[in-house]
Amino acid sequence: MKKSFSIMLSLVLLLMLALTGCGGGNGEKKAAGGNTEGKVMRVNNSSEPGSLHPAKLQGTHESWPLRHLFVGLTMKEPKGDNGEFEVVGAMAEKWDSSEDKKTYTFHLRNGLKWSNGDPLTAEDFEFAWKYALNPNTASDYAYQLYYIQGAEEYNSSKEKDPAKLKALEDKVAVKAKDEKTLEVRLVNPTPYFLELVSFYTYYPVNKKVQEQNKDWANDAKTFVSNGPFKLTEWKHKEGLKMVKNENYFQKDRIKLAGIDWAMVEDENTAWQMYRSGQLDLSYPLPGDVVGQLKGQNAPDFKIVPEYATYFYRFNTQKKPFTNVKVRKALAMAIERKTITENITQGGQKPAFALVAEGSEDTNGEDFRKVGGDYFKEDIAEAKKLLAEGLKEEGMDKMPKFNIMYNNLDLHKRIAEAIQEMWRNNLGIEVGLENVEFQVKIDREHKLDYDVSRAGWIADFIDPMTFMDMFTSVSTQNDTGWKSKSYDAEINKAKQSSDVKVRMEAIHKAEDIIMKDMPIMPIYFYTKAYTLKENITGVFTPPDEYPELKYAEIK
Amino acid sequence: MQPETRLTADMFRPVTDNFKDAEKIERPSISYRADVWRRLKLNKLAMAGLFIIIVLVIMAIIGPMISGYTYYKQDFTARNLRPSAEHWFGTDSSGRDIFTRIWYGARISLFIGVMAAFIDFVIGVIYGGISGLKGGRVDNIMMRIAEVLYSVPYLLMVILLMVIIGPGLWTIIMAMTLTGWIPMARLVRGQVLQLKEQEYVQASIALGADAKWILMKHILPNTMGLILVNVTLTVPTAIFAEATLSFLGLGIPAPRASWGTMANDALVSLLIGNAYQLFIPGFFISLTMFAFNVLGDGMRDALDPRMRK
Amino acid sequence: MLRYTLQRLGWALLTLWVVVTLTFFLMHMIPGNPFAKEGKMPPGVYENLMNYYHLNEPLYVQYGLYVKSLLSLDFGPSLKSSTITVNDYITEGFPVSLHLGLQALVIGVTLGIIFGVIAALYHNRFPDHVSMILAIIGISVPNFILATVLIHYVSVEWGLLPAATWGTWKHTILPSLALAAMPMAFIARLLRSSMLEVLGQDYIKTAKAKGLARNVVIIKHTLRNAILPVVTVLGIIAANLVTGSFVIEHIFGIPGMGEMFVKGIFNRDYPVILGSTIFYSAILIFLIFLVDVMYTWIDPRIKVTGGSK
Repeated sequence: MKKSFSIMLSLVLLLMLALTGCGGGNGEKKAAGGNTEGKVMRVNNSSEPGSLHPAKLQGTHESWPLRHLFVGLTMKEPKGDNGEFEVVGAMAEKWDSSEDKKTYTFHLRNGLKWSNGDPLTAEDFEFAWKYALNPNTASDYAYQLYYIQGAEEYNSSKEKDPAKLKALEDKVAVKAKDEKTLEVRLVNPTPYFLELVSFYTYYPVNKKVQEQNKDWANDAKTFVSNGPFKLTEWKHKEGLKMVKNENYFQKDRIKLAGIDWAMVEDENTAWQMYRSGQLDLSYPLPGDVVGQLKGQNAPDFKIVPEYATYFYRFNTQKKPFTNVKVRKALAMAIERKTITENITQGGQKPAFALVAEGSEDTNGEDFRKVGGDYFKEDIAEAKKLLAEGLKEEGMDKMPKFNIMYNNLDLHKRIAEAIQEMWRNNLGIEVGLENVEFQVKIDREHKLDYDVSRAGWIADFIDPMTFMDMFTSVSTQNDTGWKSKSYDAEINKAKQSSDVKVRMEAIHKAEDIIMKDMPIMPIYFYTKAYTLKENITGVFTPPDEYPELKYAEIK
Repeated sequence: MQPETRLTADMFRPVTDNFKDAEKIERPSISYRADVWRRLKLNKLAMAGLFIIIVLVIMAIIGPMISGYTYYKQDFTARNLRPSAEHWFGTDSSGRDIFTRIWYGARISLFIGVMAAFIDFVIGVIYGGISGLKGGRVDNIMMRIAEVLYSVPYLLMVILLMVIIGPGLWTIIMAMTLTGWIPMARLVRGQVLQLKEQEYVQASIALGADAKWILMKHILPNTMGLILVNVTLTVPTAIFAEATLSFLGLGIPAPRASWGTMANDALVSLLIGNAYQLFIPGFFISLTMFAFNVLGDGMRDALDPRMRK
Repeated sequence: MLRYTLQRLGWALLTLWVVVTLTFFLMHMIPGNPFAKEGKMPPGVYENLMNYYHLNEPLYVQYGLYVKSLLSLDFGPSLKSSTITVNDYITEGFPVSLHLGLQALVIGVTLGIIFGVIAALYHNRFPDHVSMILAIIGISVPNFILATVLIHYVSVEWGLLPAATWGTWKHTILPSLALAAMPMAFIARLLRSSMLEVLGQDYIKTAKAKGLARNVVIIKHTLRNAILPVVTVLGIIAANLVTGSFVIEHIFGIPGMGEMFVKGIFNRDYPVILGSTIFYSAILIFLIFLVDVMYTWIDPRIKVTGGSK
């Protein structure tokens, strides 16, 4: 008995040893071709994309790789080193717009092809946009298309009758007039519409492929796209590989042979992978690493502007945050510079307003410069305001409350610092609440919090991306704050085709919200990343992750 | 042999006068407890462990008081300082004094460990005791329930609990004790099953003693040794688990610190050359684990009559 | 023997079912919703998502639907991904985790046995102390610290091995080592005390007295008997490997089931949470069942009565 046991044990051990000889590699979904010897760039996507179908995206884990697989009617063309860009035609060669700026007609180039050789037509655009708006597609980002007439009605419809649903679809004001012409009618004049159509929800989808196989986007073998790269391999949760698309309309501008995407979530590990040579670009970086690299003036380290604001939300439905003086006091009693210099360490700018730096006002200057700062840090004044505010609410001292944040090292440190500052400067007790991202979102929607950490990275370069969040109907408001005059100014801005009138209205709206302070701005973001020195051509628009398509490895 | 020499009784003299002495037990009589303690003392490693634990506890109490700093005060002009005369263990990335935080964290980590072990003990004894005493059907069912609970993935339970109730010191302790009591229960039950058959216990029952009495008077004293060993070995497990929870972001909320959260926060410090911020809490975790483990091992050896020297 | 096995199997299945039910209901108690987004979420879109995944039905209906699909081994779609189902996660993630786990187990067991034997043979001398210190390190350093340190020195500083991800055999070394530390330490200590106990037995002395070669004595007699307790804990160790694998998989970016499991929790991806819980529980229950059966098979002295441990 004992002998056979030991034999069995040794056999099992041998078997295991044999297993260890095998490498990884399971569930591969390779497509034909795609040998990537030579100049392949390696980056980390942090997480597995939920889907790579333009209509089904959920966040940056999808949009970053997707932007390299597809291209829209327009695209962003780099200008200079700091991420500035201009919007130029991509699939569209030229376009006309009507007097009232509500109708756009796009004229596509000749000879456009999909990665599988199919010709690309205007119908592919109409099809894709309507598909994203179809309520049965359940697209998270369909709202991005609501600028188009008929889009919101179609997408929010609960109609079950297919004929009636089709009728609604037909009312969506995007039409392929012929193979090369696409006409779009908007609800309001939208000055940033041309930038908007470079956005991933506006990408085309190969109608023929989709109609034959609705799951084409799940597998590299069946994936068809029109961008600078095409997908050759997708090992779920492990990595993506893409190679240069020879059918891309500007294929000669693409110098890379391909891009390999890892999916490592832990940011410390990602950094270590960069340092050990497994990655060519590392973004985002842990805060302390940013500080260290900045201090060292490391040659592979870059900081570029980002059009984004970091702020805290107040629950204006809960005492004492119902009182504007209390909110103002809290906003004035922290030292933003301490945070940006010691915690975030990436050269961020303290924020005293909602809209970040980086958008142009009508006189050519930065919107933020024109708008200016709305308040100052002032501890004495803050103490006074706090006392007054509390009295108005019938309280004699500030009750203990919690700062809610989602579990990221940066948010934790900032919250710790602010907790300490409020204790020091105002003598109040603050607790910290660390919750999962999903829980935080849910509680914000339910107004079940005191103060909550937030950040907004712009969807497009225009102040409206920030302002739109806080209307009374916006599902992102989450502060319980409503203002009729604010809504009025925002609507005015949306409906006006006169740029001056529009900008004025936006400034007025910002005046209103900053006077009431339902949110407390803290700093404006920057983008810090490292890139191996032998790589050039990486382009970093302020409202996106780094674009790699023009990169070149020397 | 010479015929003339005959052996007579007066040629022989007894070695001792008292035959009873021949049966004398040379070792002094000693109670079980004293014997265990004596043997434990002989185990140098275990004694080292005990000594370390005592020092740690003392430092946990007085440490934060003697340093002159608080564990939460941030000083951004004094970030990331190496150990020096002003800051004996240096400062962290927010300028907080590490020496103070280590000993404050010691309080938290030790508290969690001891509390978890204690609660495991109480629940385990009661559950295992009742299960063993009742026997039969009840015992079967109770043990099955225990087995089921044991099978639910520990981490899932802990996270669920953390989310439902919210992160905090007591949440962590509660989460850890969810399934931690089961080994103790099994142990006690095993002992009970064994001792139940003893005559003195049966006599007690015949005389009308209830379960509580039996447990307290008969079962516990005989099981105490094993229980103590189990408890001593539970403490490090709890500390370890707390460190892992911190890694997952479910640890003690800031600005309070435990060794686990300090170590987790300092992972990035290693990457940028401030390795001391990671190694100091790591060292203390290991030291505590080491001390409790060797003490527990030593106690187990001392309790085992077969290893008597 | 057969009857015992079947009985254990029955209990195992019952346990599994209870686990499934418990987890299902507990999970729906958690606040939080998988479709909460920071971006705009018009009510129509939200409705659609809820309907697609049946989240609007009453709880017992969802439960019924789920159990039904389980019986056909369909774990359902993931709420977060329209490209992969839970079955895909399991079929793709499990082999990876299994590979990692087995490799760590082999390393841990092998090294553990070697260290344990050395320690026992050179009892209280230098090799014993060294082995035991290594073992203590293995149990007392939290695995996320060990993993980060390993990556930092071996990969970044010395450039010997890749830092993370999974691909070639080189990628598997660091994660396996980090994961193997605990089992190795556990087994080494256990084997050491077990062997010391066996070495003191009379039949060993007899073997030595008979003049048998030292190696033969060790392997043939001592090790074989001493290894029994190690077999018992193999079940527990395997269970620990499973849960420990999450931290390791997360740090090294390994696409295994552990990583998927916790992400599922953070995302409130109900089918993923359920699927992996059931899968893990099934593994653990099966392992315990296996060990139970193996144990009685190996040691004929253990009486098989009614399944009490």
